[in-house]
Amino acid sequence: MGQKTPLYQQHVDAGARIVDFGGWDMPLHYGSQLDEHHAVRSQAGMFDVSHMTVVDISGDDAREFLRKLLANDVDRLTERGKALYSCMLNDDGGVVDDLIVYYLDDHRYRLIVNAATREKDLAWIRGQVGKHNLAVIERDELAMIAVQGPQARSLAAAVIPEEYRAAAEALKPFFGLEAGDIFVARTGYTGEDGWEIVVPSDAVAKLWNDFAAAGIRRCGLGARDTLRLEAGMNLYGTDMDGTISPLEAGLGWTIAWEPSDRGFVGRTALEAVRANADRQKFVGLLLQSKGVLRNHQRVVVEGLADGEITSGGFSPTMQRSIAMARVPAGDYSEAKVEVRGRLLDVSIVKIPFVRNGQVLTEI
Amino acid sequence: MSELPGDLEYTKDHEWLRKEEDGSVTVGITDYAQAALGDLVYVELPEVEQELEVGGDMAVVESVKAASDVYAPVSGVVLAINEELADDSEKINADPYGDGWIVRIQPGDDGVGELMTPDEYQVFLDELED
Repeated sequence: MGQKTPLYQQHVDAGARIVDFGGWDMPLHYGSQLDEHHAVRSQAGMFDVSHMTVVDISGDDAREFLRKLLANDVDRLTERGKALYSCMLNDDGGVVDDLIVYYLDDHRYRLIVNAATREKDLAWIRGQVGKHNLAVIERDELAMIAVQGPQARSLAAAVIPEEYRAAAEALKPFFGLEAGDIFVARTGYTGEDGWEIVVPSDAVAKLWNDFAAAGIRRCGLGARDTLRLEAGMNLYGTDMDGTISPLEAGLGWTIAWEPSDRGFVGRTALEAVRANADRQKFVGLLLQSKGVLRNHQRVVVEGLADGEITSGGFSPTMQRSIAMARVPAGDYSEAKVEVRGRLLDVSIVKIPFVRNGQVLTEI
Repeated sequence: MSELPGDLEYTKDHEWLRKEEDGSVTVGITDYAQAALGDLVYVELPEVEQELEVGGDMAVVESVKAASDVYAPVSGVVLAINEELADDSEKINADPYGDGWIVRIQPGDDGVGELMTPDEYQVFLDELED
């Protein structure tokens, strides 16, 4: 029996199949994870993400601290409310976690980090504070709902208190807004437009029920995983961990190398990885036949060392199996994957596979 | 979970068997199995006329979550396969005892594997949930 979010009873009442996720009892689906996936790509769906961790960094040295803590540079956040996706590295250049950081004001930043890494991340962040003048505040009295899909924002807007509605609707992608007790951000983990909404725990059940009444479909972790895989979004613990650098996990774009004198944690080790032209690369795979690619399956590349699938699965939008994999450096467009004792053909394709309802991969 | 049809027999691997009037046997997976697997995306079927051994590989059902082997509950020869599953594997989820049938077999002489009555299978399921 694991931890429960404030929406647990809502999930049970809605007939969810409950499973363990990182020590939390979460809804896998409410009947059909495939239907829920399609609902997000075509209309609107919502996810209980209250198990995720909200950490506010508050104080005079907040910005300076985060410029040291994170591989991306919060100096890029020049407008209030703007957000950044970043990795937090250890001294070996491996990933402690991936997260989104919001610039609330000059003395306050909000981090949203993964659920399964809560304790580890808090200990790590606190361990890095040193003499910086700031407070690390875990906001565990807050809950969160992600509404995602082409109609998500318009359906959810009708439920947002009227005084904040216009400001929420005006949010640009990757911006957040504090509106009374509510924090609304135009971010997500599905590759569709939408919001992630943070509210006090005692207000989240009503919000969830109001969203459901407005026609937003309840969606579980099963759909969340197929959506994020199609969108080419990494899952911590699966696509990368403390032994893998962002450069080997397709996250090189999240590293701010300039200014070159910004000594963020892990920089030195990361520079060595960057200099190694033989390092593994992170690619998408499209299975040419029927079947489903799975995590950890061996990727066989002609003339080179084996690679490994990190996240394997099925794309309901493409009706094909796709995967993300760590494979040897080199110039090749095909490989084979060992699936249940047989070698099946895959093509190497770009990530993401699907965005905003559109299939980007050549099928 | 729907009620167990009374006219079927069951295996520990969550397959069901229906004895047809012509002596053939229709096989599928139970509601418990389809719920555990989740939405099915592919079904690998045997060939018609393929010989089966009791307890041997017969089919594979793949969901987003996992691939699962379906074993032959009897030995014999494949008479028919449910070809509609090629385009619509979710029939197994929607109607596991009806439209979601997988294979029809002409049983051989080697006998059957261990089969349970509906009541025995229900007891078996109850013990699993403990």
